[in-house]
Amino acid sequence: MYELSGVTKRYTRGKDVVHALDGVDLTIADGDRLVVQGPTGGGKSTLLQMLGGLDRPTSGSVTLDGTDLAGLSESRLTEVRSEKIGFVFQSFNLIPTLTAQENVETALVPLGVKTAERRARAAEALASVGLGERLRHLPGEMSGGQQQRVAIARALVKKPKVLLADEPTGNLDESTRDEIMDVLEKLWAEQGLTFVMVTHDSALAKKAPRLVTIRKGRITVKENAKA
Amino acid sequence: MFFTYLRRELRRRRKAALVVASGLALGIALVIVVTSVSAGMSKAQDKVLQSLYGLGTDMTVTKAAVSQSSGAAQRPRFNFDANDEDSDKEQSSDRVLVQGFQTLASSTVAKVGAQSGVSDAVGGLSLQVVKVSGEFRRGQFKQDGNSGSRQGGGAPGGGAPQGRVEGGGADFDVNSYSVYGTDVTEPALGPLTSSRITKGRTFKASETNAQVLVADASYAKEKKLALGDTVTVKSVKFKVIGIATPDSGDAAANLYMPLKRAQTLSDSKNKVTTIYVKAADSQKIDAVKSAIQKNISGTTVTTSADLADTVSGSLSTASDLAAGVGKWLSVAVLVAAFLVAGLLTSSAVSRRVREFGTLKALGWRSGRVTRQVVGEALVNGLVGGALGIALGLAGAYVVTAISPTLQAQLGSGAGGGGGFGGGPGGGGPGRQQAAKTLEVALTAPVGLGTIAVAVGLAVAGGLIAGAFGGWRASRLRPADALRRVA
Repeated sequence: MYELSGVTKRYTRGKDVVHALDGVDLTIADGDRLVVQGPTGGGKSTLLQMLGGLDRPTSGSVTLDGTDLAGLSESRLTEVRSEKIGFVFQSFNLIPTLTAQENVETALVPLGVKTAERRARAAEALASVGLGERLRHLPGEMSGGQQQRVAIARALVKKPKVLLADEPTGNLDESTRDEIMDVLEKLWAEQGLTFVMVTHDSALAKKAPRLVTIRKGRITVKENAKA
Repeated sequence: MFFTYLRRELRRRRKAALVVASGLALGIALVIVVTSVSAGMSKAQDKVLQSLYGLGTDMTVTKAAVSQSSGAAQRPRFNFDANDEDSDKEQSSDRVLVQGFQTLASSTVAKVGAQSGVSDAVGGLSLQVVKVSGEFRRGQFKQDGNSGSRQGGGAPGGGAPQGRVEGGGADFDVNSYSVYGTDVTEPALGPLTSSRITKGRTFKASETNAQVLVADASYAKEKKLALGDTVTVKSVKFKVIGIATPDSGDAAANLYMPLKRAQTLSDSKNKVTTIYVKAADSQKIDAVKSAIQKNISGTTVTTSADLADTVSGSLSTASDLAAGVGKWLSVAVLVAAFLVAGLLTSSAVSRRVREFGTLKALGWRSGRVTRQVVGEALVNGLVGGALGIALGLAGAYVVTAISPTLQAQLGSGAGGGGGFGGGPGGGGPGRQQAAKTLEVALTAPVGLGTIAVAVGLAVAGGLIAGAFGGWRASRLRPADALRRVA
């Protein structure tokens, strides 16, 4: 469970001070599915970075299961990321020289999983996203949708507690977008994940049970009863 | 995963890897070629010095130089009679001179041998024999007019017939050659060790006063000397028992004979010109030199290093070039190659910000990412090292195959006009060589040490490049992975 309290993130750009996040308070329960929406530069990605322990707030606290991520050492924070948090990026961020299976394996490397088990789990994760036949393919040999599936398999192979997705369908066409969203929603439902997704897509936002809109570093939360 | 990732990345970026490796290869190849050529020059210089010294000699001891006038007083004189009778009888006269006119007492050999740090000392006497032979013909007096002729020589008195002396003259041949008196009981040290006995035999230890000699091969050829022939020096007949061919360059002397015989011939009983010294520890030559100079007054000690300074000519120039320009060029190319490798690796990391940021977001520690970068750079360095070693070996092989001939002038570059100054030339066979030019073929031997240095440089190059890239990678924040796409 996430507890964000008075989270502020300020950047200095030349003489200007940018408030990427300005006193954000937010609670995300385990198993929540949350969509973050807002204009470009509004602070969506900064919020995701705070949740993922990729950056630290200027002030305030980001607590995950009772641990304030802002107070953790770099090495402990890395550990938390490797164990509990899965990321899916807009540009897939796959290692171009590694096969689909090896890309998925990279998420298990910091956990010290043995090679044989790593391979088996990666193959299993790829099968769960419908890419069981594409283990040996390089990212360059796959479509955008397939690459994003590999990225999803990589995020979920370690069975994280939280899945953070930054515009996961931003680079995909409409039909592939729906395909990817189906995969994500299925996995969310199956694995009981806490799922936070940043998107520009209003259609996706409407389907979310909880919608956080962020503008100039401030958030508004809307519960969607229909979703 | 480390090796899989490493292999794939190197294959993917093989052009960039090849650029880095080629830069390092060039630097390493240059180091190998320069080092091996330097070693070859040093070997060539050693060969030149050996031709003076013989093998195993670390230094020579000679008498300290004295003023020129005392030497000039001993110039050889030749006296020939103008025979009273008309005769074509050949006259000959030979003078045996001590080279450099400076000698040390034989007892000095023992004194030098007794110095601490001296393993062995042996004395030798260098002689120069000048033989003048030929005939002296009287002129014929021819009287003007019909007054007849009579033999010239008589002083014309008043009113004597007018005439002039015609014909007559002298036809003399001067033969100068060098003789080295060697201590036959100590065959392991001295100038004869730089020659191989190619015919016959060398001296026996018992032949301390025997009338035998060993002739230098080229001198024997010139004078048509063969084994068993007799050579007469100052009316003493010597039998040729061996022909010696120098390993390189010129021989120390034309003829070698037992020391005692040489001493007798030159009226230098119990005298030597040069003492050849072998040090017990080759690292302590300077200390031994100081000890001898301090304890035995009136001597000059010349080490191989002193003698090397007197080598000039293209060998010396090339040696200076290799030591100066070659060394600094190698250093400059290596530094440039290291820098380029470092900057290229660093820039490669900059292009892979998203990749490394993603890995960090996935939970890869900075150390693991850095290791990956350093590993790639190290392999680049090793590939560069392998290429560089191959290139360097090829370069060294080409130098050895071409074997450019270098000239070494001995002694002419020494300070002062005295040939080797106070060195062995002061009385040793060196003086004889002072004006000579030796030709030495340059080789470029590549030792294991050089290969080890090359491997070390390759690893160092890889680590330096890796340090650049690793530093860049370790400073990378995982947030960058997201920021790039936000």
